[in-house]
Amino acid sequence: MSATANTDKPLLEVSGLSVSFIQYAAGLRQRTFQAISNLNADIRPGEILAVVGASGSGKSILAHAILGILPGNALVSGSMSYAGQELTPKRQAALRGREIALIPQSVNFLDPLMRVGTQVRFSSPNGNGTAMQREIFTRYQLAAGTERLYPFQLSGGMARRVLVATAAASPARLIIADEPTPGLHPAIVKETLAHLRELSAAGRAVMFITHDINAALETADRIAVFYAGTTVETAPAGDFCGEGERLRHPYSKALWQALPQNDFRPVPGSQPSPADLLPGCLFAPRCRLSTLECASAEPALRSIRGGTVRCHHAA
Amino acid sequence: MALFLCGRVLRLLTLLVAVSLLSFLLLSLSPIDPVRAYVGADMLRVGPEQWANIAAYWGLDRPLHERFFRWGAAILRGDWGVSMIFRRPVLEIIGERAVASLALMLTAWIFSGIFGFALGVGAAMKQGTWIDRVIKWYCLTLASTPSFWFGLLMLLTFAVWLGWFPVGLGVPAGVLAHEVTLSDRLHHLLLPALTLGITGVAGVALHTRQKLIEVLQSDYVLFAKARGESDLQLLRRHGLRNIALPAITLQFASFSELFGGSVLAEQVFSYPGLGQTAVQAGLRGDVPLLLGVVIFSALFVFAGNLTAELLYRLIDPRLKLKERYL
Repeated sequence: MSATANTDKPLLEVSGLSVSFIQYAAGLRQRTFQAISNLNADIRPGEILAVVGASGSGKSILAHAILGILPGNALVSGSMSYAGQELTPKRQAALRGREIALIPQSVNFLDPLMRVGTQVRFSSPNGNGTAMQREIFTRYQLAAGTERLYPFQLSGGMARRVLVATAAASPARLIIADEPTPGLHPAIVKETLAHLRELSAAGRAVMFITHDINAALETADRIAVFYAGTTVETAPAGDFCGEGERLRHPYSKALWQALPQNDFRPVPGSQPSPADLLPGCLFAPRCRLSTLECASAEPALRSIRGGTVRCHHAA
Repeated sequence: MALFLCGRVLRLLTLLVAVSLLSFLLLSLSPIDPVRAYVGADMLRVGPEQWANIAAYWGLDRPLHERFFRWGAAILRGDWGVSMIFRRPVLEIIGERAVASLALMLTAWIFSGIFGFALGVGAAMKQGTWIDRVIKWYCLTLASTPSFWFGLLMLLTFAVWLGWFPVGLGVPAGVLAHEVTLSDRLHHLLLPALTLGITGVAGVALHTRQKLIEVLQSDYVLFAKARGESDLQLLRRHGLRNIALPAITLQFASFSELFGGSVLAEQVFSYPGLGQTAVQAGLRGDVPLLLGVVIFSALFVFAGNLTAELLYRLIDPRLKLKERYL
């Protein structure tokens, strides 16, 4: 966390992003799933922003929306800007792989019939692919023969390094790591997190999407807490301490207090389904502080003490 | 690999024994009387005694299993018997007809493979657009068209109406055998081959389309898209690579349909190939020839399936390397 980084202009700014999917239910009835609603986020060069939320809360959809690779039945509204300019679908297509790179979840995201060295080389749109790929493989301690292997031959740890290498090989200034540590051995998780920090130390902005709050706290400069398709709070990682009194949103506090090393107290209830979202605050049905106002009006985004929050009661 | 090949050879042997036993049984149960088929028009001039003599000469008075083993032993010695229709050795006729049939099937096979693959790729890349719908409509129409009817349609249009191609046969009528040129043969081959090929296109195209759509929806294509690959790059780098294997396999595994189709196409076009020979042999009770064609077709289909399997093992790195580790 460098002091200068935070004063820079944001590289990526997402405001009021909503993504919904049209699906055909039984018969010809159309259903709309609101996967992301009114989401705000921003990220600066050299910064790691962790987006933390439960599984199935639509975090991957956020990554795909930024890259512009959502399926055809998705409806996107709101605005995104990259390096100060509006991020239109056309610009997304031009920036994918060149300015914005993705680190995927698993080895299934590699072509099963192509040698991994070739796939890493494809990440560099211009320039000397082979030399660059070998250099990166050396940096990630992948043995010389690894480039000739097929994805099914990689061990869990090797696969992780190759996936990070695909992003490192690209010239991208924004790297979106979509759940890069799912159910991995702690040593591999630690190594992957170190790789993410290296990428940000080189001046790249890293969006680290995860459900693992400990991994997020260990790595990120700021944490965006994701709930039911929106970011309820964005806070500096340092605010996650003590009883959580420096946190702004009741859900972030509850999440913090639910950790085993804290009170280990679960949050009652479960996330609302994206198919039937109620008006007002999405967390209201599970919130201790809920009032009439919460059930009727969606709280506006407010900046409080160096972070942002969507809560009527935050101070 | 050695183990695999031994297994396949064993499978081929059991297949051949089973096929010949079954055909032998079916033929002996059929109403065809070999003696009557042999005697033919001379029936009135052959007395019962002579009839019995012919039957005894051929061993038809022996029990079924003995006849089967004698026939099987002869086949193993390379003696496939003499065709009753043609009064020539069965092997000679099969060799002659197989060349014509293989030329027909190979042309149709290459045509349906290339054309079907291209159509399938086109439909999948433009999934949901009018291009996709037109290709799908075309394939479904073709797939539900009987090939003999389609053959008649081709004959009517191109041979009778437009007069571009001969109406039938494998060579021009009234020309000495040594005066028949290659272009004559090709001219006679083209229409039946097109008929056989076009009906084969539908299956290949629909299968290719389905496979490519699956590939395009895969995680690795999504990731390739996230790395900035364009539609054409996606197709070239990942699409073709991942659908080529199933397509090639399917193409080799389709030998049985190809052979079945060629029987109909050859019949419609009076093309002197194996299919037509099989029909003739069946209708006129030529047992040695029919059994010969059956064995040949079993070998042909088996060769196709074996090639498909071998290609998979040789090309797919997942199978190839696993083998090496075992």
